[in-house]
Amino acid sequence: MKGLLVLTALCVAVFGKKTFEGNQVLQITAKDEAQISLLKELSEQEHLELDFWREPIHESLPVDVHVPFHSLQDVRAFLGNNQIQYDVMIMDVQVLLDDEEREMVKYRSSPKSTDDFVYTAYHNLSEINSFINMLVAENRKLVSKIVIGRSYKKRPLNVLKFSTGANRPGIWIDTGIHSREWVTQASGTWFAKKIVKDYKRDPVLTDILNNYDIFLEIVTNPDGFAFTHSKNRMWRKTRKPNPGSKCVGVDPNRNWDAGFGGAGSSGNPCSETYRGPRANSESEVKAIVDFVKSHGKLKAYVSIHSYSQMLLYPYGYTHTPAKDDAELNELAEKAVSSLQSLYNTRYRYGSIINTIYQASGGTIDWTYNQGIKYSYTFELRDTGTYGFLLPADQIVPTAEETWLALMTIMKHTRKNPY
Amino acid sequence: MKTFCSVWLLLSLVELSPAPPASQEPPLACTGAPDPAPPQPETAEDMASTGDLEPTHYPARRAAQVALHYLNTHHGSPFRVFGLQQVHKASAEDVGAGGRKYKLDFSVTDWGSGSAGPALRCSADVLFPRTERHSAPEVQLHCEALHQINSTAQEDDAFYQKYISPDSAVSARDIPDSFGNMSEEMQPFWRLARVAASFIMLRESSENTEFNMAKVASVTQQESREEQLMLEFVVLLHDFPSQEIVQWKLLASWSPDRGVRVLQTEWQPRCPHATKPPN
Repeated sequence: MKGLLVLTALCVAVFGKKTFEGNQVLQITAKDEAQISLLKELSEQEHLELDFWREPIHESLPVDVHVPFHSLQDVRAFLGNNQIQYDVMIMDVQVLLDDEEREMVKYRSSPKSTDDFVYTAYHNLSEINSFINMLVAENRKLVSKIVIGRSYKKRPLNVLKFSTGANRPGIWIDTGIHSREWVTQASGTWFAKKIVKDYKRDPVLTDILNNYDIFLEIVTNPDGFAFTHSKNRMWRKTRKPNPGSKCVGVDPNRNWDAGFGGAGSSGNPCSETYRGPRANSESEVKAIVDFVKSHGKLKAYVSIHSYSQMLLYPYGYTHTPAKDDAELNELAEKAVSSLQSLYNTRYRYGSIINTIYQASGGTIDWTYNQGIKYSYTFELRDTGTYGFLLPADQIVPTAEETWLALMTIMKHTRKNPY
Repeated sequence: MKTFCSVWLLLSLVELSPAPPASQEPPLACTGAPDPAPPQPETAEDMASTGDLEPTHYPARRAAQVALHYLNTHHGSPFRVFGLQQVHKASAEDVGAGGRKYKLDFSVTDWGSGSAGPALRCSADVLFPRTERHSAPEVQLHCEALHQINSTAQEDDAFYQKYISPDSAVSARDIPDSFGNMSEEMQPFWRLARVAASFIMLRESSENTEFNMAKVASVTQQESREEQLMLEFVVLLHDFPSQEIVQWKLLASWSPDRGVRVLQTEWQPRCPHATKPPN
């Protein structure tokens, strides 16, 4: 084993960071023998490191040459000065290679267990659904999957239930209600694994699970999520068409029955904050509403978004402070402080309407009005540098620090039954 | 050895994590720009938004973001972009002719060094005029020790020399890609785009907006002019309050001496029926 590692390390050293970024493949059309001779001379310039895919032979045959980025200027200058015609066949070789690898990845065998699963990368819908099924299969005593409803396009709305006994009060966490906020779904998968890893190992979590169920919906907006992979990385809403409009989708975080229709949401279907024709018009929202009402004993509700590094509590639709404002504020401060303790990531906290903006028809305003006191919304990393396009190497650090805040909230819920 | 290594690495390809994807196509469905936001009603918050402001709340933060855009237009470069770290103190007052002026005390950090890097303390006055048609906010800014932070002159010059050549023809899309990946090569272009976009974000800002650059859809190098690097960018801006993604095409010049200048900007609505930008 050690030998293999050494060998691999050696190979990595030998190759260094080989990349074909910026390399191009040019197709050259020589018009006469003189130009062919020139091209032959060019091919002899070793320092250019040209890689001829089709050598210069005769003016009737195209010449294809793979040119490294560092030689592009010289080669173009040479061709220009000698009035040799050419076209760019491949604009960037690395892009093509990346495409190819992506195709190869699709045919690679998928992870065989949740230990195999790559938490440091972003995944698509089918990969996350496979993860969910594997997690359940590996932990049947602790984890089960509930399908609480279907999306507009009939995709299942999957919720993981972590439970060690019957008739328990519950804690709800959802990620990915806004599909472009990819770090949230990614963190959700990490949280799921974290729970099974820490049960019976971490006394605090074990105590929570011995008294409360945890419900985790990782892809709360699957239609939107699929769309961010296939067509538009910046898609936020659901994918339900709006009659009479060219514009698709409703903002699922303006569709709840709390201050519905007020300022802080839009009546325009083309808007990113379109509230929908009526509260709970979106099946993705209705499914959760039905679940919450029929469960009847949820004691904490956390809805996770990105970006801007905030921990928020009700209300968003009104300036009237929530009845439990003081307690929610104090708990938020503690949660943010535990979050920051890990990587020094700074969060702001406060009510939605003060801290971020007025927003009506929002999730946690509704859940709070249902009597779920500990209702919080997170906005995860970052603060605008990468925004929605957070590099994958930040997934795990984000999930780790957020988990500390979640544990603070869950622990407080456990210690303060109501 | 090299052949052996190629074989070895090929074999170990199965161990590698998934590669970055190809660039996304522009949205097929016409998503459209919303109607211009109606004037915000006078809420209790508006009334309270004079005098001392809570530094972590959005009125102070939006004003600070405007000051930040201003800072980047003046001091941003391919190797320097500032980000807001924290607002320390803020206050606002109504001024004559219906404008509101914010006084801010805040810290910024260089993106390059991350939030752990040295913070620069700044103070700014930001005036949002209240006119019928939108006009750009006015900013007066002072940052301590601006000239003491490590100079990027060397990197700036090397970058300039590399791309000023007449045959340089940089062209790239989706920086970063869907997965947040960006090559090292593209980072200075990304920063330049952010600086150039700051001109637009500054101009389009109001008390009801909070802009960031979501991504660079494309960069295409144009023929250099008067010894300036000429770059055409298409950028996607994200506005927080409306959550809209707004697309702008712009032409910018840069050189180590003259810094970034924006020569042309063009809002690119995604629907033929939309007539003017959200503001």
